[in-house]
Amino acid sequence: MTVRQLKEQLELTVLVEQNIDKEITGCYIGDLLSWVMSRVQTGNVWLTVMGNVNAIAVAALSDAACIILTDSAVLDEDAKEKAQEQGVTVFSSNANSYQVAVQLSRLLSE
Amino acid sequence: MSFLPLHFTVSGYDFTCAGEASSKVKNKLKQLGYDSEAIRRAAIAMYEGEINMVIHGGGGEIFVEVYPDHIDIKMADKGPGIENIEQAMQEGYSTAPANVRALGFGAGMGLPNIKKYTDSLRIESEIGKGTTIYMTVQVNHS
Repeated sequence: MTVRQLKEQLELTVLVEQNIDKEITGCYIGDLLSWVMSRVQTGNVWLTVMGNVNAIAVAALSDAACIILTDSAVLDEDAKEKAQEQGVTVFSSNANSYQVAVQLSRLLSE
Repeated sequence: MSFLPLHFTVSGYDFTCAGEASSKVKNKLKQLGYDSEAIRRAAIAMYEGEINMVIHGGGGEIFVEVYPDHIDIKMADKGPGIENIEQAMQEGYSTAPANVRALGFGAGMGLPNIKKYTDSLRIESEIGKGTTIYMTVQVNHS
């Protein structure tokens, strides 16, 4: 499944759309950035409430497929610019991380 | 002899710029056609180093040397130095202030992550003088 298909199948608000043909390999949930960098895998959808520039750097450097800001967490304006620059797709969801992960899990096992 | 030397200056206390050097190195390695997992490991290790420099080191200098089979990264700061390196290497041990933790850092994972993602890591630190870390990432050719 690609990020494009994810966007079509989940109720997500698009905040930044870049490179959406990336293949999704799984999902990681976390807000402590070093913790995430230690464990997120290439192609993971990253669910977090961290919408700052550092989160964008983490997603870009660790080759995450995209970020979903859960619980409607806000993407900072400078983070939005950085995401565009670095080619990171960022979505927002009203649902919490657990709810999004359950939906994602269903889609990935189809 | 170095295949490709790169040099960066990291400014202290500026979190918005941290990651720029790592991102440039990542792009350069991509252009050179390096293995994507090696690139990812080098980029993450270097970013953790940059964050450490911003949090603790008051900025510093990064020297990267790219060879066909490995990447050497040297990161040097003139910060307060690390009192107990063994303790600093433990996951969860952190001396980062609260404002840094609010940004999602300071979980005591920086140096452990660098160790995890590199093939060799050496830390030289002197109290009151600064810290220099030397790391190497091996590149597998498939």
